[in-house]
Amino acid sequence: MTKADIVERIYEKVGFSKKEATDVVESIFEIIKAHLERGEKIKISGFGNFVLNTKRPRKGRNPQTGEEIVISGRRVLSFKPSPVLKKAINPL
Amino acid sequence: MTKRDLIEEVAQQYPRFSRRDAEVIVNAVFDSMTDALAKGERIEIRGFGSFIVKQRPSREGRNPRTGTVVSVAAKKVPLFKVGKELRLRVDDQPTDAEGLAVEDETADDEDETEEDASMRRGVSG
Repeated sequence: MTKADIVERIYEKVGFSKKEATDVVESIFEIIKAHLERGEKIKISGFGNFVLNTKRPRKGRNPQTGEEIVISGRRVLSFKPSPVLKKAINPL
Repeated sequence: MTKRDLIEEVAQQYPRFSRRDAEVIVNAVFDSMTDALAKGERIEIRGFGSFIVKQRPSREGRNPRTGTVVSVAAKKVPLFKVGKELRLRVDDQPTDAEGLAVEDETADDEDETEEDASMRRGVSG
């Protein structure tokens, strides 16, 4: 599934033009990205949470050369699926 | 930000949609993603990331309170992999292609499927 399939679904369901449906789907992901960029957590009930974690710098190794390197501190994004989503994927 | 805030922001950005329209649209986005994952489909949203469903085998677990061994059934779990653009944006990195080549040790491509990744690992390793 890609963005185009999501657009198709919106288009069928709501009946706006394809152009409008495309724009709004694009906007939804852009709004989410902008908030994550500002360090905010995103909670979509029934789907899951997108949370940011701050990693401290740590030592690593280049697996090809064995050379020791410092992996810089960074902020990473992770997804925590909601129990509703987990259930949808694992029907009883 | 919650789903409600997201709906609110969509409604503000599109004055021609009612708040109800915005709600229907936002719900349709996540419902269609849930349906795709329930069917075991992979989702790829350019610039955002991809979702895959992975099978986890059954295993022996322990009740942490009593220490008794319990069997944990096999299950499928949804996994999210952040896309390159968003990964750099949340980490305050420049999103231009120049800046990332140096530090990018994973060298991933959003187009890359699991098969591609394992093939690449097979070739290089």
